[in-house]
Amino acid sequence: MNSFAESLSLAAALIAGADAQLARIVALSLQVSATATLVGLALGLTLGLALAVARFPGHRVAVWAVNTLLALPSVVVGLLVYLLLSRAGPLGSWGLLFTPPAMVIAQSVLVVPLVAALTRRLVLDALADGGDQLRTLGARPLMAATLMLLHERLALLTIALTAFGRAIAEVGAVMVVGGNIDGVTRVMTTAIALETSKGDLALALALGFVLLAVVGVINGGVALVQPRRALAREALA
Amino acid sequence: MGARPLLASTTDTVAAGRPLVSLEHASVRYGDVQALAPLSLTVRAGERIALVGANGSGKTTLLRALGGAIDGVARRLHVTAGSPPPVTAMVAQKPFLMSFSARWNVQLALWLQGVPRAERRARADAALARVGLQAHAGRSAPALSGGQQQRLALARAWAMQPALLLLDEPTASLDPSAKREVERLLASFADDGVALVMSTHNLGQAKRLATRVVCLDAGVVVADRPVDAFFDEPLPDAAAAFLKGELPWS
Repeated sequence: MNSFAESLSLAAALIAGADAQLARIVALSLQVSATATLVGLALGLTLGLALAVARFPGHRVAVWAVNTLLALPSVVVGLLVYLLLSRAGPLGSWGLLFTPPAMVIAQSVLVVPLVAALTRRLVLDALADGGDQLRTLGARPLMAATLMLLHERLALLTIALTAFGRAIAEVGAVMVVGGNIDGVTRVMTTAIALETSKGDLALALALGFVLLAVVGVINGGVALVQPRRALAREALA
Repeated sequence: MGARPLLASTTDTVAAGRPLVSLEHASVRYGDVQALAPLSLTVRAGERIALVGANGSGKTTLLRALGGAIDGVARRLHVTAGSPPPVTAMVAQKPFLMSFSARWNVQLALWLQGVPRAERRARADAALARVGLQAHAGRSAPALSGGQQQRLALARAWAMQPALLLLDEPTASLDPSAKREVERLLASFADDGVALVMSTHNLGQAKRLATRVVCLDAGVVVADRPVDAFFDEPLPDAAAAFLKGELPWS
């Protein structure tokens, strides 16, 4: 096995050289995972809000199910989405299997329970703190919960980052529904798996460092943006 | 409904205006705890009511019930012909302020009340000026000091043009200077015709601000009298015991 330092050096060279194939893989990874995160946020926030505020028959079962799905293995998600999108499946006519949209669907399914569970807990804690007072101001329960999402927007950003991290780091689902087709559905994690299976551990490690670097840059960017957003908000008030 | 005796309000003993909000046989239970025994209470225009009693006696629960914040407890908002129902606003001991600017917090309350957009900014600025926070309108609410946050909560409530202001120990966590400032504001609100219902452990504050004192013990109203009668005349045993235990600390 090549040394750790050699892998780092190779990763640096790949990044510095703006390797076209690497750029394509990174771009597709970001595109798929960012889209899946947005879809997951839209669905997960709605579900989390509903579970925090609404009371309906089966509510406790729904909460239990969402919490259980936090541990859903990505390869199982891949298998379920594969069955849905395969030619014989109910959505087979869409022709999405082994395309980036199929990968988006799989990663969205993966992050929805995560976003929903974290959102529900965030909203419940916030409502325990100030829900009564919002209610006395005239906010109905759903409005109060929605306002709490605004109030806790930085925590919401953390949830979004957590969801993105979960999406971009998983390999099982995108491998099953994407097929790891070079130039079409190959993303960083599937490329790492492929290079490992070929024995090119240095390249696999290098890709791993690139993946870490991408996530690190995004997290750093968010950390830099947060205080500026707060200042801008005050200036606009 | 619990088995505790029903104590009707004795508002007829207090000279005040038209009724604003009433609770009729209101009862609140949290699990095994009877937070509020069935009680009836009417708040009238112009009244300044101090709710006193030991911790856990039901003061906050009564305030929340009057504010319509407890599911299953119906309050009656008295409507006079041709007028909208009286607006009630509540200020907590530790006000919840959203992580936006002071002005935004006031405007939010107005938006929730359905105030048209064109009016919101002007009313918010007027309310902030009223409590001396106009210079801090653009500052983040959580960054304000404790006294400023309490004044912001008062501005938010006052902007709603309430007929009744409900206050849960509004000066409990403030330093003496901020306490005086908040008391001055409350007195000025009352002078403008806003009815006040305020829980407090500070009997001196009750004497200074209240026209009527309601004493609670274990969720039951044990005394409900004009302020002078409460402090100068013999009280029922439970209220007298509370005063004996409380006065040395006031």
